[in-house]
Amino acid sequence: MAWTWFHRLASPPHVYAFARRWTPWFGGVSAVAMCVALYGGLVLAPEDYQQKDAFRMVYVHAPTAWLSLMVYTTMAVAAAVGLIWRMKVAHAAAASCAPIGAWFTVAALGTGMLWGKPMWGAYWVWDPRLTAELVLLFLYFGYMGLRAGIEDPVKADKASAVLAVVGVINVPIIKFSVEWWNSLHQTPTVMQMGKPKMDFDMLWPLLLMFVAFALYFVTVMLIRLRAELLRRERNASWIREVLT
Amino acid sequence: MLTVQDVHLWRGDRHVLRGVSFDAQPGKCVLLTGKNGAGKTTLIRAIAGLLDPEEGQVFWRGAPARNQRDEFHSELAYLGHEPPLKGDLTARENLQYSIGIRRPVSALEIDAALVRTGAKAFSDRATRMLSAGQKRRVALAGVLLANAVLWLLDEPTTNLDADGQQLVRDLISEQLARDGIVVAAVHHSLALPAEQLMPLELAQP
Amino acid sequence: MKATSLVAAGLVAVRDLRLAFRKPSQVIQPLMFFMIVATLFPLTLTPEMSRLRDAAPGVLWIGALLSSLLALEFLFRDDAVDGTLEQFALSGQSLTWMLFAKTCTHWLLTGLPLALSAPIAAAALGVPMEAMVGVVASLMLGSFAMSLVGAIGAGLTLGARRGGVLLSLLTLPLAVPILIFGARATQLAISGGDMAPPMYLLGAIAVLGVTLAPLAAAAAVRIGLE
Repeated sequence: MAWTWFHRLASPPHVYAFARRWTPWFGGVSAVAMCVALYGGLVLAPEDYQQKDAFRMVYVHAPTAWLSLMVYTTMAVAAAVGLIWRMKVAHAAAASCAPIGAWFTVAALGTGMLWGKPMWGAYWVWDPRLTAELVLLFLYFGYMGLRAGIEDPVKADKASAVLAVVGVINVPIIKFSVEWWNSLHQTPTVMQMGKPKMDFDMLWPLLLMFVAFALYFVTVMLIRLRAELLRRERNASWIREVLT
Repeated sequence: MLTVQDVHLWRGDRHVLRGVSFDAQPGKCVLLTGKNGAGKTTLIRAIAGLLDPEEGQVFWRGAPARNQRDEFHSELAYLGHEPPLKGDLTARENLQYSIGIRRPVSALEIDAALVRTGAKAFSDRATRMLSAGQKRRVALAGVLLANAVLWLLDEPTTNLDADGQQLVRDLISEQLARDGIVVAAVHHSLALPAEQLMPLELAQP
Repeated sequence: MKATSLVAAGLVAVRDLRLAFRKPSQVIQPLMFFMIVATLFPLTLTPEMSRLRDAAPGVLWIGALLSSLLALEFLFRDDAVDGTLEQFALSGQSLTWMLFAKTCTHWLLTGLPLALSAPIAAAALGVPMEAMVGVVASLMLGSFAMSLVGAIGAGLTLGARRGGVLLSLLTLPLAVPILIFGARATQLAISGGDMAPPMYLLGAIAVLGVTLAPLAAAAAVRIGLE
């Protein structure tokens, strides 16, 4: 029965139980990893000879920037699964992804700006990465705005799913166009953050931080998913069994 | 031929359709009755495929209607609450386009249908100038012209005078005589022979 | 006998053209809006022609984008309100083709006139006459791509309250690449450079739009009709 897991995935009570069982584990591992990575990044890693201590911003900036994209992709995949297989749980998962992804985008933009002040002398420059990140934030806003704008939840699920899929096709095009645009105007090339040629002492906290943030995303996602399921299935009989 | 099997549908928090089932054969008219909000419109829209039932399915000629959507729709004529007319076009132009996208249609055919539904006299006026009853007569001509096996009529007699209500009855019994199927949501019972009628009362959710 | 999808799409296009001629305000208003927006920029920037010329691509493209958003709101709305869209969806014909026809007609009625009248606004912004062909060409291609992307947004906002602002919120981020390539093409036309590269990229987006946008719009409209 290769399809059993798939049917389990489609059943709200199973997903709810799974989320409740695993949330503490994901959260715990994420917290430990984050503490270790922070210690490694802020204390153990040597100072960058060009950027001094400012480079340490990368330990938050790079993982959040990376996750902001990954969450959008996850959301679009969940939405597509919901559309194609008419799976309510997948729609609920997509809905619970959006605010987390938007916050990761805000965090990436904020840390990018804080890092930009000492590096570029201004909080905001039209750097292609920051610009693309900003457009991504607008994509999240559009998705959440559409959800909020449609009263019927079933309709909101489906419409926002179409938008997420269209958006995810557009993300690489936006990224390319913004880089193309920037390359024309020859802004002074500055040191990029998170270059692959990093000292091992600098690198391992970064990689661990990626893992920690990804697990953090899973944790928050599962909590939000549970809330979504409770709200959507409030009339279903399994809720009474679960809550008593 | 048209089989509705255990259809459940929620609108928001309301469980509107709770396991509706019926099986209509050619020459039968399914008469949907029930109070306002009992789900008559919802059921008709679900049969048409405009709404997706959460559970249950609609079968047409033995196969799920959803899997043969275009074929099913080309055999179906749907008339909702509002007559689907463009106010800036005349009745004749409206039909020319709305039927034209389904099948090639001649001006003579359109004329004949307009005469049949008593809409000929005002068929060259922009439909926004027409009264609600006149618009409905034009829309009924559209249903007639669709050459459909299955008619889905949501309150077809709304805004019609006694004469017009008689017209709807006649059109339905002609459609049944052609071995067509009619699903109609009505407030008043239609005076049709009992053996042609399949009454279906939708309970208040 | 059933009509083919192409016949159906053609009839939808003819019907929309006829409706537009009966009620030209929906065609003229976005055009007037574009002209007014283009006039406002010199008032806020500078009356100096040389500096306005530098700003001209931005002015023309922002104006075109806003005006096309304004027009897009009505792409499907009227047909949804009077039940025509429902009849399209139940006609047994491909909704994708019919909506593609509607989108093309919409561009013919809004995007094309806008591109053709852009030289008036461009001349007022100090754009030299030699550049006009390039300005019109880039706006033509760009507004077509914009109509395709906007069709998805217009379909998605059918089911929403206050569709207008939401439509902009959804469509503008998706239109960023069109804006970047289009404005660059216009800029190159004005400065006399080779505008082929951005035009190719704009064309690529239009091709991608033609293949995917009508499908997404049809899915969106079916959801909106629920």
